[in-house]
Amino acid sequence: MNWMLALPEIVLACAGLAILMIGVVPRQNMFFGCTMASIGALVVTAALVLTVPDGTGFAGQVISDGFARFMKLLVLLGAAIGMLMALDFNTREGLDRFEYPVLLLFATLGMLIMLSANDFMTVYIGLELLSLSLYVVAAFHRDNEQSAEAGLKYFVLGALASGLFLYGASLVYGFAGTTSFERIALALVDPASRSQGLTLGLIFILAGLAFKVSAVPFHMWTPDVYEGAPTPVTAFFAAAPKVAAIALLTRVMAGPFAELAEQWQQVIILVSLASMVLGALAAVGQRDIKRLMAYSSIGHIGYALMGLAVASDEGLHGLVVYMAIYLAMNLGTFAVLIAMRRQGKAVSRIEDLAGLGKNDPAMAMWMTIFMFSMAGIPPLAGFFGKLYVFLAAVQGGFWTLAVVGVLTSVISAFYYLRVVKVMYFDEAQAPLDGRPATLTMVMGISGIFTTLFFLMPAPLVRAAQEAVSALVS
Amino acid sequence: MMGVGFPLLSLLTFLPLAGVAIILAVRGDQQTVASNARWTALWTSLITFMLSLVLWFRFDKNEAEFQFVERLDWLADFGVTYHMGVDGISVLFVLLSTLLTPICILSSWEAVQSRVREYMIAFLILETMMVGMFCALDFVVFYIFFEGVLIPMFLIIGVWGGQRRVYAAFKLFLYTLLGSVLMLLAILLLWYKAGTTDIVELFTLTIPPSLQTWIFLAFFASFAVKVPMWPVHTWLPDAHVEAPTAGSVILAGVLLKMGAYGFLRFSLPLLPVASAEFAPWIFALSIVAIVYTSLVALAQEDMKKLIAYSSVAHMGIVTLGIFTFTQQGLSGALFTMLSHGVVSSALFLCVGVLYDRVHSREIARYGGVAKIMPAYALVFMLFTMASVALPGLAGFPGELLVILGAWKVNPWVAFGAALGMILGAAYMLYLYRRVVFGRIARDDLRGLLDLSPREYAVFAPLIVLTIWMGISPQSFLSFFEASVAALVERHHAALGAARLAGL
Repeated sequence: MNWMLALPEIVLACAGLAILMIGVVPRQNMFFGCTMASIGALVVTAALVLTVPDGTGFAGQVISDGFARFMKLLVLLGAAIGMLMALDFNTREGLDRFEYPVLLLFATLGMLIMLSANDFMTVYIGLELLSLSLYVVAAFHRDNEQSAEAGLKYFVLGALASGLFLYGASLVYGFAGTTSFERIALALVDPASRSQGLTLGLIFILAGLAFKVSAVPFHMWTPDVYEGAPTPVTAFFAAAPKVAAIALLTRVMAGPFAELAEQWQQVIILVSLASMVLGALAAVGQRDIKRLMAYSSIGHIGYALMGLAVASDEGLHGLVVYMAIYLAMNLGTFAVLIAMRRQGKAVSRIEDLAGLGKNDPAMAMWMTIFMFSMAGIPPLAGFFGKLYVFLAAVQGGFWTLAVVGVLTSVISAFYYLRVVKVMYFDEAQAPLDGRPATLTMVMGISGIFTTLFFLMPAPLVRAAQEAVSALVS
Repeated sequence: MMGVGFPLLSLLTFLPLAGVAIILAVRGDQQTVASNARWTALWTSLITFMLSLVLWFRFDKNEAEFQFVERLDWLADFGVTYHMGVDGISVLFVLLSTLLTPICILSSWEAVQSRVREYMIAFLILETMMVGMFCALDFVVFYIFFEGVLIPMFLIIGVWGGQRRVYAAFKLFLYTLLGSVLMLLAILLLWYKAGTTDIVELFTLTIPPSLQTWIFLAFFASFAVKVPMWPVHTWLPDAHVEAPTAGSVILAGVLLKMGAYGFLRFSLPLLPVASAEFAPWIFALSIVAIVYTSLVALAQEDMKKLIAYSSVAHMGIVTLGIFTFTQQGLSGALFTMLSHGVVSSALFLCVGVLYDRVHSREIARYGGVAKIMPAYALVFMLFTMASVALPGLAGFPGELLVILGAWKVNPWVAFGAALGMILGAAYMLYLYRRVVFGRIARDDLRGLLDLSPREYAVFAPLIVLTIWMGISPQSFLSFFEASVAALVERHHAALGAARLAGL
């Protein structure tokens, strides 16, 4: 048994338990201390992730390869920044309890387990650890009706999705006789073993995972949860778990079910098309910027899934690049959203941004960059994300996907532009409160990455290529 | 691979960004920041212009191939390189862009008082995008610059524009984006087919005719909106009317040329068969554009809108010239693009002069300006005459060549182009008479001051150019003769080859 393969997860789990103890024992508020310790633990984990060798362990239940490493680093980055951004907000809103960073830490642990999974049992453990932690943090503002509602909704629908996933996994077990990814893949090489029941199980698994990535038609929870949860929680939801869930979906489809590509490809194409269209159209009428970002994330997932839908190496490569860029610009956008408070109260209507161009030119500039980047306007980073998935779609001859993709990106440009319009063209309102240095830093780093990505696209593109080649070989 | 020699074109492209960095670094109260931003922007753009003059003197006019070429690895694994260079078709547009930017900055010296810093940053970024677009020799790099133009333009119209600025800015952005994303798909298809996006290498590619049709339509969606051709021109009058004066100048001077440049650079050489097939349709659309928008211009009550419609008509002449595939037609189209870049920019500046003083663009609001501002009336007249293609001024040689080229193809097409000249004279002179001559319509006009030294400085280079282009067109034509000849020859060779293959 090769313990080394799971070293990052083991270390993170132990650190989580230790931080929990540190939080409970002293009599004073340990929110700040625990957050810092958790971020430290994530950084150490990231360093360990880099040192883990390739291979499978724990009787084939855990895998470590280039794809897992790349995605884990993205997830750890997203999680650490997500925690950092909550520091100031939670203190001001009275949410400064030490459980918060600990829950996020365990959610991150769940994501790492999902990413190392090489067996449906491992997947489920990771998925549930992630989901249970997230249900709690969604309702973390427990005196707030909306937040409690968000938590409950997320829990009920999330439990349903987990049920679907589990049912699918058991069907697969029943028809393939194993839950191991490798053995499922081996079993499917023989065309005779590709039974209808297996396809049915695959569809259930797909439905469960589609819920986690909030792809249409399993997206209903997203706007409500995004709107109701405290903004830093929304920021966390939109970043790391999205990346982890998409990566898991990719591994499950490209790994055990690679032979069934014809079956799942149809589903993914439909899901991708529906997500792009709904993400573009439904966002147009939104007034709350968190709801807007929820629909925007649905649309982005549609673009990323386009890469999976074409079922080629180029497509997966596009997907990986897309998620990396999406993570970066999303964190920046949410840093702006978290900074939106007026007279001590968090605000989230789009009109609340009015006059930002006058009152806070720096933040308005970053937000403008993020919005144009999300719309996919060159030379910003978001354009390159779209470029690679569209390239893959064109190469594969998936013209419907490509044409719908570019048309919906024009429609979505409309609502991103509306945010810019409110900030610069509308009459100024009372200025927003000053923002904490942590958020300024996150905005700055993410903004510089988004703006200057075009200078050096090669490193990320190449790293993504290596990750994908590890997955498909 | 490394660039050869001094990277002049990259310097021209990215030097304005250095100005942006300096402006961003300035701290202090609003007054200091504004004045620093103005001076920095002016000096940056002037230095860029001075540097670009090297192109004028060192460009080898007998060479049809690309010059000042630079090449750097960028996305090597995907066959995309950072490849820059100019040939006869693009070199003068680089100069036009670098010339108009300082003029724009100078013209908004007093007109723009709010958010000066952001304004100057937007113009410098715009310059980077424009110059980069004309220099790019890689399709992906071209697309990045081509689309990137939209960001500063959206902000310039939306923040510093007139009453309906939000509507105009959104219309401009979404219209052009919709066209461009379809072109992006065509670019991706070419990329996939050829394994490279290098324009020079793509020129050697033979694309099957059935595919050419689709790619041509995708390109057309993008370029026709940018030109703009009838019936997708409706964003232009709105954008022009609402944009601040300098925004209109850049829009008319450079951005309108991007569409026609796209046809010349990509559609013609890459898709010869489809271009030839679609030529009759383009002629029809161009003639409709010329006649219809000229008539619409006659009915306008707003000065800027009138000049905007006249731009659509002039660009109709340009597209008509391009698709004649003759030496005269192409040269004439290029010359008209240049002269229109100078003359219509100057006309918008003329409107801006009045607007700065009276804050109205309504034609009926004026009258008798000649008696109050004689120098202004003279300048305005020069550009009006150039716009109606009076021989000896900038507008004439280009339109004459287009008509000659069109005559070779079909006399009726030539007749359509000539009709544009007649109608152009009608609406421009009508505008000039109503604004400049006649009784002094309102008493408050009597107090207007004539051109200030700053405004003389703005107009001086444009006046010189207008007369120079009219008297000695050869000094401009000589730049693109070799490239145009090569383009025409290649086009006919490709058509011949396609016909042989068809037999």
